[in-house]
Amino acid sequence: MSRETMEYDVVIVGGGPSGLAAAIRLKQLNSELNICLLEKASEIGAHILSGNVFETRALDELIPGWRELDSPIKTKVTKERFLFLGKNNSLSWPTWLLPAVQKNHKNYIISLANLCRWLAEQAEALGVEIFPGFPASEVLYNDDGSVKGVATQDMGLDKEGNKKDSYEPGIDLIGKVTVFAEGCRGHLGKQLINKFELDKGKDPQQYGIGFKEIWEIEEKNHEEGMVMHTAGWPLDKNTYGGSFIYHADNKQVFLGYVIGLDYKNPHLSPFDEFQRFKTHPAIRKIIEGGKRISYGARALIEGGFQSLPKMFMPGALLIGCDAGTLNMPKIKGSHTAMKSGMIAAETIDEHFKLKKDLSIFEEKFKNSWVYEELYKARNVKPSFSWGLILGIIFTGIDQILFRGRMPFTLKHKHADHETLKPANEMPKIEYPKPDNIITFDKTSSVYLTGTNHADNQPVHLKLKDPNLPIRYTLEKFDEPAQRYCPVGVYEVQNENNVKKFVINYQNCIHCKTCDIKEPSQNITWVTPEGGGGPKYGNM
Amino acid sequence: MKILVAVKRVIDYNVQIRVKEDNTGVVTDNVKMSTNPPDDNAIEEAVKIKDAGKATEVVAVSIGEEKAQETVRKALAVGADRGILVKTDGIIEPLAVSKLLQKIVEKEKPDLVFMGKQAIDDDCNQTGQMLSALLNWPQATFASKIEIKDGKLEVTREIDEGLETIEINVPAIVTCDLRLNEPRYASLPNIMKAKKKPIEQLNASDLGVDITPRIEQVKVEEPPKRKAGIKVSSVAELVQKLKNEAKVI
Repeated sequence: MSRETMEYDVVIVGGGPSGLAAAIRLKQLNSELNICLLEKASEIGAHILSGNVFETRALDELIPGWRELDSPIKTKVTKERFLFLGKNNSLSWPTWLLPAVQKNHKNYIISLANLCRWLAEQAEALGVEIFPGFPASEVLYNDDGSVKGVATQDMGLDKEGNKKDSYEPGIDLIGKVTVFAEGCRGHLGKQLINKFELDKGKDPQQYGIGFKEIWEIEEKNHEEGMVMHTAGWPLDKNTYGGSFIYHADNKQVFLGYVIGLDYKNPHLSPFDEFQRFKTHPAIRKIIEGGKRISYGARALIEGGFQSLPKMFMPGALLIGCDAGTLNMPKIKGSHTAMKSGMIAAETIDEHFKLKKDLSIFEEKFKNSWVYEELYKARNVKPSFSWGLILGIIFTGIDQILFRGRMPFTLKHKHADHETLKPANEMPKIEYPKPDNIITFDKTSSVYLTGTNHADNQPVHLKLKDPNLPIRYTLEKFDEPAQRYCPVGVYEVQNENNVKKFVINYQNCIHCKTCDIKEPSQNITWVTPEGGGGPKYGNM
Repeated sequence: MKILVAVKRVIDYNVQIRVKEDNTGVVTDNVKMSTNPPDDNAIEEAVKIKDAGKATEVVAVSIGEEKAQETVRKALAVGADRGILVKTDGIIEPLAVSKLLQKIVEKEKPDLVFMGKQAIDDDCNQTGQMLSALLNWPQATFASKIEIKDGKLEVTREIDEGLETIEINVPAIVTCDLRLNEPRYASLPNIMKAKKKPIEQLNASDLGVDITPRIEQVKVEEPPKRKAGIKVSSVAELVQKLKNEAKVI
């Protein structure tokens, strides 16, 4: 059965900061363009999760008058702290000794989900057609191999793939140019990077998993505008990670933890490290007496400059963290993602008006401040592969003395799925039981995400080899999926002494960690039925 | 035959409801809103009847704030022909909704009015019944099957004892159960088409209905947390505890 087709000048896949910025910029440059933007979440913002301390540089360029509009950017950063945590103590690092990239006094504490909702309103007012609840499930190609567009997911299939009464076939969206803006580890972006060898000659991409909780805390503990970061406990010195605590308005704090997915110990549970972190006296005193109101997690890009793939290909562009534009030492990616979207828009405009090739994106990108930022930041993350102390010393020299201009570039040596050591060679980690006041289990956490996938649909977490988890991964790595998944999608169950690998796909919050960290790359995340996944509010 | 379907905008059923700190209501800012689930069944049934050639027009009506327009638009995207939005601010009780719907019915003159059996936000389960009384029309509530036979309706109702089948005359009110059907998805081309379908906007105040709330809301609170259970070692202990501690036997 042939599917319905809709044609546009530009098809944008993903309603995050990069996709929305691209859409807005395109309409500003040429209001005649027909643009559609697809979003897999049930509404714009519902799959967005970010710290977020927002640098306004890209937005200042995109919508110069945003301060006069009713934007959700309200809370200015007023105070900053950086703490090194020991098990029971903490050492405050003077802010004047922080590299410039880690200073935030001009930035704002925002909810990126709300910013995206607002950007979507701006885009719709300009005439962009936004379709939430429609995942792009497949890339369409022309006969010459160039990208033709995307197909949306079929709806109403049962778990065996048969058509239910409510079956609604996906449709083909054809774009003169297609822009992929799916965010970190986009499942189409991943295919395009392979097909067009966009990462040829680049270091393997590096990822982290980021957790976030929103707490409503007692007034006496709340300091609106306060931004705090920590490093150290509970992670060991060889695991890269740290926390953020942002005091937003309405007595809320955004509390989060990021752990590099290049960790080596398969017994490590990122979720439990985050929960344990909250029990540190310096953190507990902030949230004690408060209430956790939101939870979520999402993989993020950490590879930066060395791992950034080529962002153009015939018929399409790859932007934001679908490519990997996050600035790791700055712990910010929203402004760089937006800027990459704006550069994409300018490229497409010249492509249409002046018949220039999409490859002009590269030069435009190189001449932009994003490139300069990522270049200067490039050596920070790899230096932490030497451990926390050496990483800090090197970063101090690199960022404060040389301002990122050292005459060499450190390499990322391994992809994150290659770094796990066998389980029997690594120490087991005993995590304390949740107290349900400060710390929680995964079950009560996933409940806060509002996650649901319609029953009786094909499992969207595909195993290349269904027997591998029990036959190999359990034996060698104690099946780390049980621990790296932030919502407990993966379980090893014992049924009459037969071990079984269970995938509770209904709980999946689309973080993509399994697709990244599975040691044999045996798990592939594909798009579920539209509208599935978390329903984040102001994350 | 013309079918009017009432749809309500409510907090999405997957969202965990949070009570406002000052106990005046629940948090709705930046919360995902959706169509009340059994209202989706009501729309689906109306569109099915139309697809089968037994109805000529399906009109979707919603009552609420400006944004309830999205709910009407969703109904248009799955097959309703046109929409009506009656704009109101603040809390609006089932009696007021019924009176507003009565005005719409008098104006539109439908043969059937469909709606969900109850809304998942206030769980009142009153609007259909009150509208039936105001119009003096027959009603069939909790419908899990609807058949049109010789200008009459045969409706199967989900009741405590099982299933009850009744026959009612048209015009009639039918409130729909989740078992009635499986609502279809809105396809992309149909969402596009829905953007061009007309939505008539009315103000509640223009309809001459007094919508002042009759109920004073004192306080909204979260249900108390459930205490952890215990394991008893014997039947005797269980009986003893039920008698002396729980005091239920």
